[in-house]
Amino acid sequence: MGVGIEVSNLNAWYGSNHTLQDINLNIPANHATALIGPSGCGKSTFVRCLNRMHETNPVARVSGTVRIGELDIYHDATPVEIRRRVGMVFQRPNPFPTMSIYDNVAAGLKLNGYSNRRALDDIVERSLKDSALWDEVKDELKKKSGASLSGGQQQRLCIARALAVDPEVLLMDEPASALDPVSTSKIEDLIFELKTQYTIVIVTHNMQQAARVAEKTGFFLNGRMVEFDSTHKIFTNPSDKRTEDYITGRFG
Amino acid sequence: MVTAPVPDIRITQPQRATESSGEPGSGTPRQRPKRASAENSEVRRFLMGRGNSAVADRGFQWLMVLCALSIFGIVVLIVTELILRSQLTWHAFGFKFFFSSFVDPDTKKTTYWDPVNGHFSALPFIYGTLVSSFLALLLAVPLAIGVAVFLTEMCPRGLRGPLAFLSELLAAIPSVIYGLWAMYVLVPILREHINPLLGQYLGWTGLFADDNPTGLGFVAAGIILAIMILPIISSLTREVMSAVPHSQREAALALGATRWEMIRMGVLRNARIGIVGAIILGLGRALGETMAVTMVIGNSPEIHRSLLSNGTSMSAVIANEYAEAVSDLHLSALTEIGLALFILTIIVNALARVLVWAVTRGAPAQVLH
Repeated sequence: MGVGIEVSNLNAWYGSNHTLQDINLNIPANHATALIGPSGCGKSTFVRCLNRMHETNPVARVSGTVRIGELDIYHDATPVEIRRRVGMVFQRPNPFPTMSIYDNVAAGLKLNGYSNRRALDDIVERSLKDSALWDEVKDELKKKSGASLSGGQQQRLCIARALAVDPEVLLMDEPASALDPVSTSKIEDLIFELKTQYTIVIVTHNMQQAARVAEKTGFFLNGRMVEFDSTHKIFTNPSDKRTEDYITGRFG
Repeated sequence: MVTAPVPDIRITQPQRATESSGEPGSGTPRQRPKRASAENSEVRRFLMGRGNSAVADRGFQWLMVLCALSIFGIVVLIVTELILRSQLTWHAFGFKFFFSSFVDPDTKKTTYWDPVNGHFSALPFIYGTLVSSFLALLLAVPLAIGVAVFLTEMCPRGLRGPLAFLSELLAAIPSVIYGLWAMYVLVPILREHINPLLGQYLGWTGLFADDNPTGLGFVAAGIILAIMILPIISSLTREVMSAVPHSQREAALALGATRWEMIRMGVLRNARIGIVGAIILGLGRALGETMAVTMVIGNSPEIHRSLLSNGTSMSAVIANEYAEAVSDLHLSALTEIGLALFILTIIVNALARVLVWAVTRGAPAQVLH
């Protein structure tokens, strides 16, 4: 089961560029939360702060508090610990090209020294089923490389890879923006399924996508969170003028 | 080559007087010349006066083709010359030249190379070249990959340039300097300290029999070769590592990889074919290296199991004996060794280039974002 995320006074910088300013929000457990906003508004930076990927850039800096469940990730844990518990799916599918499909899914567990072969087989099968890829690849699990799949399949493989370590939170940074409409709708169906078991945070440029999959939506603009509310309210009756301008297409 | 026909353009309108434009520095404020609306603008007339440039272009093309062919021609000339000049030994020994041995009738000892009595076999030279080169790889590869990993993944940005520059500077030192350094510094250290230790603790393997009082030999040659091939291996490894997309590193990190695990899973694994290519390229350099090896390998055409004993190499024997060859057969034998070395290094280098190309093709070093 997923856990909630509590963000208070989060600030982030790239060099001297203050990309996130005083973000406060509570992301509910076992729901999908969408983050929308124009390019460069800080929404990607925000999700990268939730698993401490932001700080892998040498010029990046963060301050503030992020609690995932009970754990204060910036003060009580190392980045490696956090990333074992918080899965992430990137904008462009990035399977390991030199590994088989099976090894791609098992990568996170093998990395951490998990060696129970039978259990591993089960986990790989379950993760691929959860990511709706099992039927397409089950005959060639160990023969085909992760890179031989189509773009949409690769992205579902990456989701399976993230699910295999049984994360409490799944972060998705524009997971469908590099995919065609059919693959996109598969990914959306998947998010719909997965949110019963995991807390999902999804960054998207596509407002229909946010409306379709998420219960909660946050609108980011220029490094600030303008509005955070139920998706229905954001898209029908936003309280901030800037949110309204954005969703009606007046800018951004 | 087909040249496009030049369209027949006629200026039909009478030429207009060029509109006055203030010359720079003439005192009046410089006016921007108005763009002429008709075909008679100065630029157009200038360009039309250039003709179709076909002759110059063709000349340039032939010149470049000639340059390219000259490379091919040189290679062909070298090969034919080597083949022609090694005919004597080829007829005398055939393929046995590469693996035969002889028994000296007086001393009853096995010899391979006895120019005075006309006994020639390339075996000890091939053996020496291979042993010293693989010893060099054994020492250089871990170090070179370590250097490359540090420089691409861990080094503070400000330090990266200078360190990479320094490591590549090693490649610019003439090999005779390496040889001198080895003779005056490395060999005495080996003789006084390292070889006795190796003999004492690893003597039981038979590979380190400490019975050579000179300090020269395969180990000395291997170490000096390792230093010489370090820069080429590490700089190519660096190149293929930085061709691995940043997203692969992120994929590993997001799964909870530590830095080392990320490098292993996200970088080295993806770059491994290219790294093998870099290693083979290093091997290619080690195989052909002459001067430094000649100075420290001991130059005795014998085959010993011990790495501490004197040996020789294909290039070393050519350098040492060519000027003082005692007979035509001797010269021919040296030339045939040269031919064998030439073919060996060509194959090794071609293989290495193909492997490096397989990894870096179409993927320029990605900028970290």
